[in-house]
Amino acid sequence: MREINGADISAAVARMCMSANTKLPDDVRRKFEEGLAGETTDAGREIFRQLLENADLAFETKLPLCQDCGLAIFYVEMGEDVCVPGGINEAITEGMVTGYKDGFLRKSSCDPLTRKNTGDNTPAIIHIDFVPGDGLKISYMAKGGGSENMSRVTMLSPSQGWEGIKKFVVQRVVEAGPNPCPPIILGIGIGGTFETAPKNAKRALLRKLDDTHPDPKVAEMEAELLAAVNKLGIGPMGLGGSYTCLGVKIAVAPCHIASLPLAVNVQCHSARHEEVEF
Amino acid sequence: MATYTLNTPLTAADTDKLRAGDVVLLNGIIYSGRDAAHKKLMELLDKGESLPFDLTGASIYYVGPSPAPPGRPIGAAGPTTSYRMDAYAPRLIGLGLKATIGKGKRSDEVKKAMAEHKAVYFGATGGAGALLSKCITASKVIAFDELGPEAVREMTVKDFPLLVINDAHGGELYAKPNLDD
Repeated sequence: MREINGADISAAVARMCMSANTKLPDDVRRKFEEGLAGETTDAGREIFRQLLENADLAFETKLPLCQDCGLAIFYVEMGEDVCVPGGINEAITEGMVTGYKDGFLRKSSCDPLTRKNTGDNTPAIIHIDFVPGDGLKISYMAKGGGSENMSRVTMLSPSQGWEGIKKFVVQRVVEAGPNPCPPIILGIGIGGTFETAPKNAKRALLRKLDDTHPDPKVAEMEAELLAAVNKLGIGPMGLGGSYTCLGVKIAVAPCHIASLPLAVNVQCHSARHEEVEF
Repeated sequence: MATYTLNTPLTAADTDKLRAGDVVLLNGIIYSGRDAAHKKLMELLDKGESLPFDLTGASIYYVGPSPAPPGRPIGAAGPTTSYRMDAYAPRLIGLGLKATIGKGKRSDEVKKAMAEHKAVYFGATGGAGALLSKCITASKVIAFDELGPEAVREMTVKDFPLLVINDAHGGELYAKPNLDD
C-alpha cells in the first residue's frame, strides 16, 4: 500500500485551481491564434484578439481569465493500492477552498432554493474512479454556469441512432446560440446510463483540443459533428463566423438494449483545466 | 456601423441614435446586478420601497465579479448570460432603466420594452473578465452585501467597450444560425 500525504494533495490542488484560472491551456490558445488568422468575419477576429489579450493579461496580473471561476470539478483516477490518511475527498476539498481563497477566485456555489452562497465554493464536485496500481491522477476543471446551463441530457430511442444524435447536438448548439460564450467545445457522452452519460461527456472535455480519438470511427464522428456545428455560422460570441466550435470530444459507453442515452456538455471558450499526478 | 463615446446616465437621445452593431465606449457610473440582486430589487418594488440607486437613465451590468485582489478596484468582471434577468428587465426598463449590459439572447418581452421606452442592450465580451476589469476604475458595494459576488455595486467605468446587440428600433446584431442543409 502506498501512502500519499493529504496535505501534499491539498497543496497541489490549491496551486492547480489558481494556475488553471489564470493560464489559458496552450491547446486552447493555439485555437484562438488560428481563429484570429482564419475567422471570416471582422467581429469574430476582434473577439479572438480580445481573448488573446485577456489571456496575456490574466497570466501577467493573476486576475482570473473569467470572473466565473466555476464550480470546481475533479476527475480522480486513484490506484487501488493508494491510501490517503484523512481521506482523498477531504484533501481535495481543503485544497480547493484554499486555492479559491488565496487566488481571489469567485465562489459561485449556493443553496439551490434559498440561493445563499456557501461562501467557500464548496462542495467540490469529485468523481473518483479506482484503477489498478499505486498511482493518483487528479484532473481539475473550472466549469462556469453559463455554458453548463446550455448542456443537456436526453434518452433517445435506439432507432434514432447516429442521425438522431447529430440532430440533437446541432439543435442544442442552435438553441444555445450566443449564450454559452462561443466558440464552444462540446463534450458528448453516447451510451452509458442516465447518470453516467453526462459524467462521461464532461470528462471528455479534459482531452486536448488537437488530439485524435483512438477509435477511427469515433474520430470520424467527432469530425462530422464539428463540421455540422461550424456550418451554423454562429461564430465567436454569436457575432457570426466560421468558428462556432473549437472541438468535439465524444465518449462512448455500452448502454441498455432499450436505450440510447446522450449527454451534451457545452464548454465555453475559457476551457480551464489542469491535472496533477502523484 | 458607428462608434460613440457616451456618458451615464443615458438619455433617450443617446439611445435613440444607436443601432445594432454600433460600438459604444461607456463612461461614468454603472450598477452591477444579476440573479439574486434582481429578485431583491423586485421585492423592494413590490413593497413600494425605494431602490438602492436611481433607475432614471441607469445602466445595469449583469456581472458577478471575482474578489478584488490587493491594490485593484475589482477582480475579473466580464458579463454573465442575460436571459436569466429577462423576467425582471421589462419592469425596470419601464421605470427608467436605459441600458442593460450582458451577453446572449434577450426575450421578445425585453425587446418590446426596449423599443417602447428607448432602452438598449449592450454586449460585452464574455470570458474577457481580466481585460474588461481594466476599464473599471472604482467599485463599491451599495446594497445586498450578503449576496457576495451577487451584491449590487456602483462601478465607475472608463471607455468600457460595448457592442449594441439590440437597439431601441427592433434591430439585433446576433447571427441567425444557418439551418440550410
